Amino acid sequence: MTTLSIRRLWKEYADQVVLENVNLEVRDNEFITIVGASGCGKTTFLRMLLGEERPTRGTFLIDGEPLPAEPGPDRGVVFQRYSVFPHLTVRDNVLLGLELARAPRLGRLFGARRRAALAEVDEMLHAVGLYEARDKYAAQLSGGMQQRLSIAQSVIKNPKILLLDEPFAALDPGLSADMHKLILGLWEHHKMNIFMITHDIKEGFELGTRLLVFDKVRLDPQAPNAYGATITYDIPLGVCGKPLLDELTTQTRRTERFVNKLAVA
Amino acid sequence: MRRIINLRPSTGSAVLLAALPFLLLLIAYLLGSSVRLAANPEDKLLPAFSKIGAAVQQYAIDPDPRTGEILLWADTAASLARLGWGLAISAALGLALGIVTGIVPYARAGLSAFIAAVSLIPPLAILPILFIVFGLGELSKVVLIVIGIAPFLVRDLALRAGEIPAEQIIKAQTLGASSWQLTLRVVLPQLLPRLLDALRLSLGSAWLFLIAAEAIAAENGLGYRIFLIRRYLAMDVILPYVLWITLIAFAMDYLLRRVTRAAFPWYAGNGK
Ligand SMILES: Nc1ncnc2c1ncn2[C@@H]1O[C@H](COP(=O)(O)OP(=O)(O)O)[C@@H](O)[C@H]1O
Ligand SMILES: [Mg+2]
Repeated sequence: MTTLSIRRLWKEYADQVVLENVNLEVRDNEFITIVGASGCGKTTFLRMLLGEERPTRGTFLIDGEPLPAEPGPDRGVVFQRYSVFPHLTVRDNVLLGLELARAPRLGRLFGARRRAALAEVDEMLHAVGLYEARDKYAAQLSGGMQQRLSIAQSVIKNPKILLLDEPFAALDPGLSADMHKLILGLWEHHKMNIFMITHDIKEGFELGTRLLVFDKVRLDPQAPNAYGATITYDIPLGVCGKPLLDELTTQTRRTERFVNKLAVA
Repeated sequence: MRRIINLRPSTGSAVLLAALPFLLLLIAYLLGSSVRLAANPEDKLLPAFSKIGAAVQQYAIDPDPRTGEILLWADTAASLARLGWGLAISAALGLALGIVTGIVPYARAGLSAFIAAVSLIPPLAILPILFIVFGLGELSKVVLIVIGIAPFLVRDLALRAGEIPAEQIIKAQTLGASSWQLTLRVVLPQLLPRLLDALRLSLGSAWLFLIAAEAIAAENGLGYRIFLIRRYLAMDVILPYVLWITLIAFAMDYLLRRVTRAAFPWYAGNGK
């Protein structure tokens, strides 16, 4: 059972308001997709969930407790890139999480304990379709396989929350259907909460149980950094039609153009 | 006619081209030597090959009549021991301090300015201090090598540790890694091949400091021998010694490269 409660959350850097007045209640086992123009603080939001960043104001509770100040094993993460360990084989990449928990001093298992852990690892590798590649170094895998590996690596730890920051954005579009099936399967099987940022609004609709849109409500060319983004749409999925999709696309494009114009100026 | 930058030699001609400068140097030497010897048979600057051969026989094959040792081997052993200790201690220091300053913000705040300052001290300028503090024995020579190359290794490895993507460091923490486990399983193994690369780059300086220390105070060693016989203008001994040192340096470089490739297959695959 995992719940999240975010109330009147603000995040500011020096002279820039990134997020303002974000409110969110999350029940157990939700699959939340997050979309929004780039620069709207989606990654910043994820980094706060990770514990890498602190909110400037507001409360951020996980199961009623304040969020820990650093990343921990209850919150897994998959980034867009660089989220596997190139110097380890596929098997060792997945094994690592088990070894770290079971061998505090050396972070390495030997003998029978290693074999037992490897049995779990191989089961996970079968589930994500990487068993054949188990002895390859992660550095030798294709981008899509690295992302699968990174997902497997996190999921074997049975995290309460899995955070995905545009995990498929760098991949060949043909691969995303497979990836979607994989992530939905794991979500159903492992009963976790998933937060997934995506740049592709359609993907956001297809995957989640709930879609959040991060957007700036006020666009002030005189003071572009004075106002942050907040959650402008919170949509339970399964109810989406074409008009809503078009409306969201128009909204985020407007902000995107605004941000780009500022960047050029 | 294609642009010259697009003309590539075949494998065979590449080998020939590589050999060419060596051959030219050899020919120039032979010519110069015979011209000088014709003018003055006692000339010492460019000795004939027969004279060099006799010197090699005396230093590398026949035992020294006084000590019973073969001088070249004794010198090589002494020099390699100093070099080996110097490199090993520098590597250990480089790894330990490099990792700590690379990934622990408090250590970086406390140490990086100090290390940068130490690395600016010209090592040869403090050689007299080393001789005074550590005596004229082996220790001062090893310390000179360490002072000469360890700061470079520390700074290089700290940089490399900093280059490990932040994503990996975060990911490891979400897998439950403590700072110690993170060092042991994520940072250290990725720095080892980079350490070997950095060692290769510092081999030249290590030899420089070794030979300088041996030239000033030693009873054996390759650098000691060269500077000892310099007094007699014994080019017939100096030249083979220099060649030998070059050969050893080349072999060490080659060996380090092969070890890097064999021991860290993922590293070469990284393309870096
Ligand atoms: N550490 C930081 N210091 C200052 N500004 C930052 C920092 N991290 C992010 N920002 C700024 O916050 C804004 C939101 O960034 P981000 O969360 O990465 O957006 P998104 O993921 O939605 O594209 C950007 O304008 C970015 O420049
Ligand atoms: Mg982002």
